[in-house]
Amino acid sequence: MPTLLVPPHHYLNDGYGIKSWLLTRDHKRIALLYLAAVTVFFFVGGAFAVLIRLDLATPAGDLVSDETYNKLFTMHGVMMVFFFLIPAIPSVLGNFLVPIMIGAKDLAFPKLNLASWYIYMLGGTFTLYALVTGGVDTGWTFYAPFSTVSSTTNVIPTALGIFITGFSSILTGLNFIVTIHRMRAPGMTWFRLPLFIWSTYATSLINVLGTPVIAITILLVAAERLFQFGFFNPAVGGDPVLFQHLFWFYSHPAVYIMVLPAMGVISELVAAGCRKPIFGYPFVAFASLAIAVLGFLVWGHHMFVAGESVYAALIFSVLSFLVALPSAIKVFNWTATMYKGAVSWETPMLYAYGFIGLFTIGGLTGLFLAALAVDVHVTDTYFVVAHFHYIMVGGTIMGYLGGLHYWWPKISGRRYNESLAKFSALIIFIGFNLTFFPQFVLGYLGMPRRYHAYPEEFQVLNVLSSAGASILGVGYLIPMLYLMWSLRYGPVAGSNPWGAVGLEWTITSPPPTENFAETPIVTWTAYEYPARVETHVA
Amino acid sequence: MSPDGAITAGAHDIDPVHRVADDLDEVRHGALAHQFDNLEQQREAATLGMWAFLVTEVLFFGVLFAVYGLYRMWYPEAFTAASHELHLWLGTVNTAVLITSSLTMALAVHAAQTGERRQLLTFLVLTMILGAAFLGIKGYEYYSGFVENHLPGPRFQFEAEHFQHAQIFFSLYFIMTGLHAVHMIIGLAVMAVMLWLSWRGTISPEYYNPIEISGLYWHFVDIVWIFLFPLLYLIGRHA
Repeated sequence: MPTLLVPPHHYLNDGYGIKSWLLTRDHKRIALLYLAAVTVFFFVGGAFAVLIRLDLATPAGDLVSDETYNKLFTMHGVMMVFFFLIPAIPSVLGNFLVPIMIGAKDLAFPKLNLASWYIYMLGGTFTLYALVTGGVDTGWTFYAPFSTVSSTTNVIPTALGIFITGFSSILTGLNFIVTIHRMRAPGMTWFRLPLFIWSTYATSLINVLGTPVIAITILLVAAERLFQFGFFNPAVGGDPVLFQHLFWFYSHPAVYIMVLPAMGVISELVAAGCRKPIFGYPFVAFASLAIAVLGFLVWGHHMFVAGESVYAALIFSVLSFLVALPSAIKVFNWTATMYKGAVSWETPMLYAYGFIGLFTIGGLTGLFLAALAVDVHVTDTYFVVAHFHYIMVGGTIMGYLGGLHYWWPKISGRRYNESLAKFSALIIFIGFNLTFFPQFVLGYLGMPRRYHAYPEEFQVLNVLSSAGASILGVGYLIPMLYLMWSLRYGPVAGSNPWGAVGLEWTITSPPPTENFAETPIVTWTAYEYPARVETHVA
Repeated sequence: MSPDGAITAGAHDIDPVHRVADDLDEVRHGALAHQFDNLEQQREAATLGMWAFLVTEVLFFGVLFAVYGLYRMWYPEAFTAASHELHLWLGTVNTAVLITSSLTMALAVHAAQTGERRQLLTFLVLTMILGAAFLGIKGYEYYSGFVENHLPGPRFQFEAEHFQHAQIFFSLYFIMTGLHAVHMIIGLAVMAVMLWLSWRGTISPEYYNPIEISGLYWHFVDIVWIFLFPLLYLIGRHA
């Protein structure tokens, strides 16, 4: 086997110093700027989660006061949803991969891409400022009139932070849409695109169509506090349920902003890990678009107990069941791809297995919640908390970590320690289930979410959950350490360490600044395993 | 599809936009950014980007129109009474000013296309003057609204019968027209950049896309006003 060498010129050594990073227009460097930022926000949000779980280890909630507790779960939600889950995969992996996967030199608007990062950082700074100067206690949902009239905490700076960050999502989505439409290499037709591109495209559509709605809604909350407008205040004829409609019109599709990119990652991992084309490619591709479209029609299922009419609730219930179809299509097609495939047990694939199992549980419990009668029983209980953590942590973060491990050799040019990586993937899987499975039971038994104290009979399940959370926390720390270690000491990866197909594996690792010396001409479909592997490695 | 491994792609496989750039043979246009193969691709990308942005804007204003629709349905009398407090003539004049600015904008795009630099500069300046006039009149309306205590909050005054619901109308009025005014200010800033680009001679018949897509934005902001004007100023005026 020939010795692998790091190429002499690549995007990481094309300029040194702080300016070459902060003023870069290279999509790959911007992806790394995002990687640093979302990692910080992830650990800030994670620290709040640790405090929540510590506090819930005892029924009386001995660690913090109830006001502090309200702030903790609010800040955990705000940080994780708006500053980690929504941007993570599109901004880090999407930024790095979209131009390379379609054979382009960069995104359509590189300056706008850098501007998006600065906007994101500005929004994050606002929110961090709100947190360190006292925090917010409204819940990440900002329900009115509590958020507009009653709360005495830092609602306005947090709202502004979220408003500003929204533009980062919008502009990134816009950039991806235009890039995917206009920058594809010759021969890269829509049905030759990797499925990651399809899901990024679907996500971008939601970003462009949904984000302005939350932006203006959250602006109305801030304006209502500042000028005493009465849009959501029943005391002057306003309607608080209207706020919930507007909030969930974005925030339900936002769930798909979080999970669709992860689904795209999983499609890539499954194809590469099984050495087979994805079963039913067009179905998986169109399922992404179907999820994006249907996702806009189901927001009412968050308001079954909020005074929605029976007929509206019925329709929203049926539509919510319908979203399960495209999601199920994906899960079935991934498993069908694995069937008789040469399934690998390398780290990225471990995360893919984890995703498929956990997402399925999260999705199926979503059907419980879409059913009107069951939903009334479990509304605002830990059942809901467990359900969405199975989707967001079990789905999105598993997909994100799987993707990060799969493309890390491409990003850094180095390999990480495989056994340590497998070990932490296992730890994360065990820790995750121990944290969140007991919460399904807790919720079903009637423990409400967002409560600081609880009856003693719930303690065993809560202690299990807190124990799981500490395992999960360790599981998240280990990859950060060995990935950073690999930057310097990891073995050289070579251009195609997995023997995978896809344009990103035809160029050096790390890639050159301009990605392709010559624009590639694509004459093959996305996953021609095993036929194309030879030509790629050569 | 071509045989596996062949370098040549069938003609039907290649999107005409994405002809391979012959960078070595072809001199790259000065305005062509590095990530694009040719000006045509750059123009199409920029135009699609602006349309996608305008879609975002439709949703942005759409929330406010939805909120407006709901409360107008619930409180029609209060909305009629409150609407009559607005200065109909100022609103009408402003509508005319803005529609005229759309005309001068369209003429500026035409001048850019045909390469008539003097006309381009003239029409851009006219567009900016009309936009500024709109903002001036709007500012006067805000001032009188403030003096007449129409600003919602502790100082708000209105006939007792509609006191609460008229506040919702005026909240919507200030938010919707305020957001529109912010868009006008951004539009003026964009026009200033366009004026500078045209002055410098960057704009040519081969490369007039910046003027064209700025025009798209300008027309969009005008269209928002075309909806705002009747919804806010003309409630119950037909009777």
